[in-house]
Amino acid sequence: MKRFRRHGHDSQRDKLKQELYQFNKSVEHGFPHQPSALAYSPDLDLLAIGTRSGAIKLYGAPGVEFMGLHDENATVTQVHFLPHQLELVTLLDDNSLHMWTLRAHQGVSELLEVGRFTLTGPPGAPPSVTRVTTVLAHSSGELLLLGTEGGHVFVVEVPGFRELEERNISVEDIQARIPEEYVPRRNLECVEALHEKPLNPNQVLIGYGRGLMVLWDLERQCAIQHFLGTQQLESVWWMEDGEHILSSHSDGSYCCWLTTGGDVQSEPEKQDTPYGSFPCKAISKVLQFPTKQGPPFLIFSGGMPRASYGDRHCISVIHSKTHIALDFTSRIIDFFVIREGEQHTGDPSALVVLVEEELVVVDLLTDGWPVIQTPYLVPLHCSAITCSHHVSSIPFKLWERILAAGDVQNTHYSNKPWPITGGQNLAREPPQRDLLLTGHEDGTVRFWDASGVCLHPMYKLSTAGVFHTDGDPNDNLNQGAEGEWPPFRKVGCFDPYSDDPRLGIQKIHLCKYSGILTVAGTAGQILVLELNDEMAEQVVPATVVDLLQGQDGFRWKGHTRLDVREEPVSFPAGFQPFALVQCQPPAVITAIALHSEWKLVAFGTSHGFGVYDYQQKSNVFARCTLNPSDQLAMEGPLSRVKSIKKSLRQSFRRIRRSRVSMRKHQTANAAKLQELNAKLEAEALQEMELAPVQRRIEARSSDDSFTGLVRTLYFADSFITDSTHCTPSLWAGTNGGAVFAYMLRLPPVERRMEDPVTGSQAKEIQLMHRAPVVGLAILDGRGVPLPEPLEVAHDLARSPDMLASHHLLVISEEQFKLFTLPKVSTKTKLKLTAIDGSRVRRVGVALFGSSRVEDYGENGLVVLTNQGELHVISLPAIKMQVHHPCIRREDVSGIASCVFTKYGQGFYLISPSEFERFSLSARWVVEPRCLVESPNIPSTVVDPTKTRCLGDGYDGSDIRRGNDNDNSASHVMEHALLNDEKVLQEIQKSLEGDQMGHADNNIKPSGE
Amino acid sequence: MNKNHRVPSNRTLSTVEVKSKFGAEFRRFSLDRSKPGKFDEFYGLLQHVHRIPNVDLLVGYADMQGDLLPINNDDNYHKAISTAAPLLRLFLQRKEEADYAAFGTNSLTRKKTPAVLAAVLLRPEANRKKPPIIISLPRDFRPVSSIIDVDILPETHRRVRLYKHGQEKPLGFYIRDGSSVRVTPQGLEKVPGIFISRMVPGGLAESTGLLAVNDEVLEVNGIEVAGKSLDQVTDMMIANSHNLIVTVKPANQRNNVVRHSNNSGSGSGGVTSGSSGRSTDSGASFYGYSAPGATAMAPTHIIQNFRSEEMESDEDDEDLVIEAGGEARPIAMVAAGAAASSSMPSLPRYEPHLNLRPPNGAMSGSASAGSLSTTDRGLDRRSLEEDGTVITL
Repeated sequence: MKRFRRHGHDSQRDKLKQELYQFNKSVEHGFPHQPSALAYSPDLDLLAIGTRSGAIKLYGAPGVEFMGLHDENATVTQVHFLPHQLELVTLLDDNSLHMWTLRAHQGVSELLEVGRFTLTGPPGAPPSVTRVTTVLAHSSGELLLLGTEGGHVFVVEVPGFRELEERNISVEDIQARIPEEYVPRRNLECVEALHEKPLNPNQVLIGYGRGLMVLWDLERQCAIQHFLGTQQLESVWWMEDGEHILSSHSDGSYCCWLTTGGDVQSEPEKQDTPYGSFPCKAISKVLQFPTKQGPPFLIFSGGMPRASYGDRHCISVIHSKTHIALDFTSRIIDFFVIREGEQHTGDPSALVVLVEEELVVVDLLTDGWPVIQTPYLVPLHCSAITCSHHVSSIPFKLWERILAAGDVQNTHYSNKPWPITGGQNLAREPPQRDLLLTGHEDGTVRFWDASGVCLHPMYKLSTAGVFHTDGDPNDNLNQGAEGEWPPFRKVGCFDPYSDDPRLGIQKIHLCKYSGILTVAGTAGQILVLELNDEMAEQVVPATVVDLLQGQDGFRWKGHTRLDVREEPVSFPAGFQPFALVQCQPPAVITAIALHSEWKLVAFGTSHGFGVYDYQQKSNVFARCTLNPSDQLAMEGPLSRVKSIKKSLRQSFRRIRRSRVSMRKHQTANAAKLQELNAKLEAEALQEMELAPVQRRIEARSSDDSFTGLVRTLYFADSFITDSTHCTPSLWAGTNGGAVFAYMLRLPPVERRMEDPVTGSQAKEIQLMHRAPVVGLAILDGRGVPLPEPLEVAHDLARSPDMLASHHLLVISEEQFKLFTLPKVSTKTKLKLTAIDGSRVRRVGVALFGSSRVEDYGENGLVVLTNQGELHVISLPAIKMQVHHPCIRREDVSGIASCVFTKYGQGFYLISPSEFERFSLSARWVVEPRCLVESPNIPSTVVDPTKTRCLGDGYDGSDIRRGNDNDNSASHVMEHALLNDEKVLQEIQKSLEGDQMGHADNNIKPSGE
Repeated sequence: MNKNHRVPSNRTLSTVEVKSKFGAEFRRFSLDRSKPGKFDEFYGLLQHVHRIPNVDLLVGYADMQGDLLPINNDDNYHKAISTAAPLLRLFLQRKEEADYAAFGTNSLTRKKTPAVLAAVLLRPEANRKKPPIIISLPRDFRPVSSIIDVDILPETHRRVRLYKHGQEKPLGFYIRDGSSVRVTPQGLEKVPGIFISRMVPGGLAESTGLLAVNDEVLEVNGIEVAGKSLDQVTDMMIANSHNLIVTVKPANQRNNVVRHSNNSGSGSGGVTSGSSGRSTDSGASFYGYSAPGATAMAPTHIIQNFRSEEMESDEDDEDLVIEAGGEARPIAMVAAGAAASSSMPSLPRYEPHLNLRPPNGAMSGSASAGSLSTTDRGLDRRSLEEDGTVITL
């Protein structure tokens, strides 16, 4: 502690620190976890998504994004943009309404919550009376119509949230005029739909759950027309001409009603059950758009035959003779259609569908209705992310080649531009090209453009082709035979099912200079790939490396090695594998390192490590790190755990395969699955109850499990044996606190193909504290970490100082230690765990540039601890600089997923599908900067000061903005104490008003 | 010379090399490992080879851990022979000049901690020439724990140091979350705290008798645990396990150390528990005896305590380096090593044991004798505690 304090007194240093380090979480990449609501504003051309955790996210043109979070953390059930305004209203699960606005501040828009409101019923009334089911943002921009579960429609003035009780439409008003013979008139059920009549904003269609629809005149406060539907109503759609209404129903039918007819209509003009004859599921939403050519677009979700396809998530699009049922892999949340033209009144151009796991946009203008690739909201988790790797400042040449390889893969996408273009992106061009690589459970590696705010997919590499897998490549559920009915077409890329978990990618390393990529997987496989612009057909030579090195008494109980295809395999342009190493035993790869200059790959598992020469395609050496007393490592992963996981996966797979034909089996499986889940849960619960929350205090001993697990590997050219000659070396750190150093002898360049590379052990360091070694680095004579291979050759780094002595930096989970080289003795250390009880989880070396002086920078270690705190530790002094809490410490997967860039930024998963980006550097920050201007209808621009004064002077039933409300409440109380008669009257009045108006005084201060 | 004990394979040799030092003279001879004989014979042999037939000797040897331990009976003689690997280094002293201070924990390595030594030996340096009054000196044992900083802590708190010595015995306790009541200016306040929840039978913590279930943990190696999570405190303790100092507020406040204000040096000594068996006497007499010496030796003891801890832990923390084809070598802390040699130039440095466990595990080290007895004493003492007698350790 002392040393930090001493450091802190140095004000000069403090100032410098401020110029170097600055922490902020800048942007969330990926797809929001558990979306629950969707909205679109044609005026602003913005898309809004609400989530179950209470977040609201707005997206416009690529780079334009906003995010807000409700304090309540309740599910956002509906989002509505106020027409022609910068405001939107959200409805939460807890029945509260929230007003958000996009306010420009210093040229950049911000999303702010500006008000909230809850309907309250008269005392004694059931909560259903005020439980909001539908919201209509009236086109005047001044009214909000709220339909409730009890069948009432409340009218509220916005943005002040003032209830206009005289305009409320109670269910009794409606019932009074329904013909006696109409059966469901006694109980209309909830308000299911509220729609404004096109071309006449004074008329509103109210749809009730039992099927009744009423056309209501807001001006005259009376019903104009009744449509006596008899089926449970799901949704209502006004045709553009304002003359026809479409209603969709729970029996899978939709009806068309004519509004020009008489007062009461008991029969629809047209009724259809598209997937009919057998019972069908509900059509939850139906839309229809006219086209210039004539035949309209009819789009509806659901309606599938209940028995055979009841579990599909489908949206059907019918246009002229074309009929397609878009089949999604996850539940449909909502969808909307974007129309052509300035005013968005032309032909439908794109169908935007929000499903639980992704956003799919279908191009309706191009034949075949291809999907448009999304520039944001990409489903990172199409297959579960198993690891990630970040590469900063990619050379332009490599960037272009990866893009070209990606373009070849994206031919099935529409070439139409992204249809949502609201707002302006004001962010600077990213200073460099950064790549984020994610490894997935299905054996794919995805390349993302991580340079800016939009995480954009560039290229996808699949490694499964190298191996025989049990999943048949032709086993496609959507092979859609000719004449199949319904005409399914699979869309979206979310596919969480992995055919073989052994394919999972565990480690990735890309050399940006040579274009060599190594990926390592769950079954001990290491692939070396090279970027090739042409497709090629080749055999991938496999080398099996025995990591046990004669260690006896070993039983591997885990999975078997992957089966390699021996025939030539055709690989598309892009990264093509040319060498394969398979570890024996085939345990998961825990560390890899690549040295593209020496053409060597080092790999490690829980059993040992080895070095592979990919030039000669031969193994250099292998070293076993097993501890004979380590039973767990000896036997492989616990078989019990695995079997449950495996059986679950198999059950899932069986369900998936059988869901088309064998329904009986499916239910049996589901039941089994449920049983299994229940059992698992019970087990977990029992375990929790048995074990009190206590921790054993015990020194680490060599008997601990997995001490031989290789945690980190590092290639370095340094003074390993004597202080005059530097030699190539490989360093390996294990879970048991051991560091092994191997000297490598490389043949001269001209004999590189013939003479073998050899390695011999030079050093072994056993850390006394035995904590796992998580990072290794060598600092040159100036205390600067050695550059990456080929970095100097490409003139992108200063050549390391080879004159002064080098230092070895060993980062264990508990300590940072700097050792002298070649004679290893401790020089400096920092005992992190001993002083604050946190342990190092992730570590990276980063260069922090000063935000003030262009050419000043410092190297530092970026450290993420098990407490979720980020630390910056200076190099080579090893002193703590700054620390910031970043991730909740309970969020283990978030902490484990963290990856650092070379310039003090980082990414971690906040959900299976979202990366949070953070920055510790004061110079390099990537964050959205965008502006949304109000649509070109000046009259509707709301002056915030005007709305604010709404708060005072209303006769009690006042709904005010949070702040005013608070103030006025305290104001009233003050006076009440003074026995001011006037104030007492005011209170009295307000109490009465509350009763009459069913309005809720909002006590909670808003987050303004 | 000091690397030999690290070569375990030699231990299978049938003979034990003995290198005996008396004054400035060395004698070398060897013994049959399988038939070491009796201590008396050995004693005679030593007098013979050194040609000092009528001198009363105090025999000490360097054990595996780098500690100087005495040989004065058959048991510890056999222990010394059996653990010699392969060289047995003996240090002979005239009994009347004997420096008992030499014996004890890390006695050959930890030279710069006079306070600890004083505490261990209760023997003022100034009185060296006088015949020592020996009250169950820890000749045969190493301390496994001590109460320290009695003078600077409130009487309700106890700062306990556990010596791990790289031995097999587990530290052996569990901690849990709980809540404790604090007195604040605003009155009583309930705050979260960390408590000892369980003792492992036979573990180090239990055998010392200084820690008990429901004791509240306040500090770990000088760092307050307030505001830290259970996992953080666990990790802090484990990271410091080789030299763990926990400050607790004992659940049982009846056995607190009683401080004496009538003595200028009161309470400045540490209190060693466990092996010394000093629990037989009353605390008062014990302190009255030990205090002056400790004060004389370490007047700045209060401040020193933690500083020395820091230094020690650095040394304890030495990592092992094996060079290619070469021998194991511990890493000396460059700066610390220099400081150590300047402050304590007179005593030979001895490389500490590095926690390298011999592969066959047959040898539990000389510590076992000590720790076994410790357990017994611990049990004795606990039975006394249960009687409710106020006992100062």
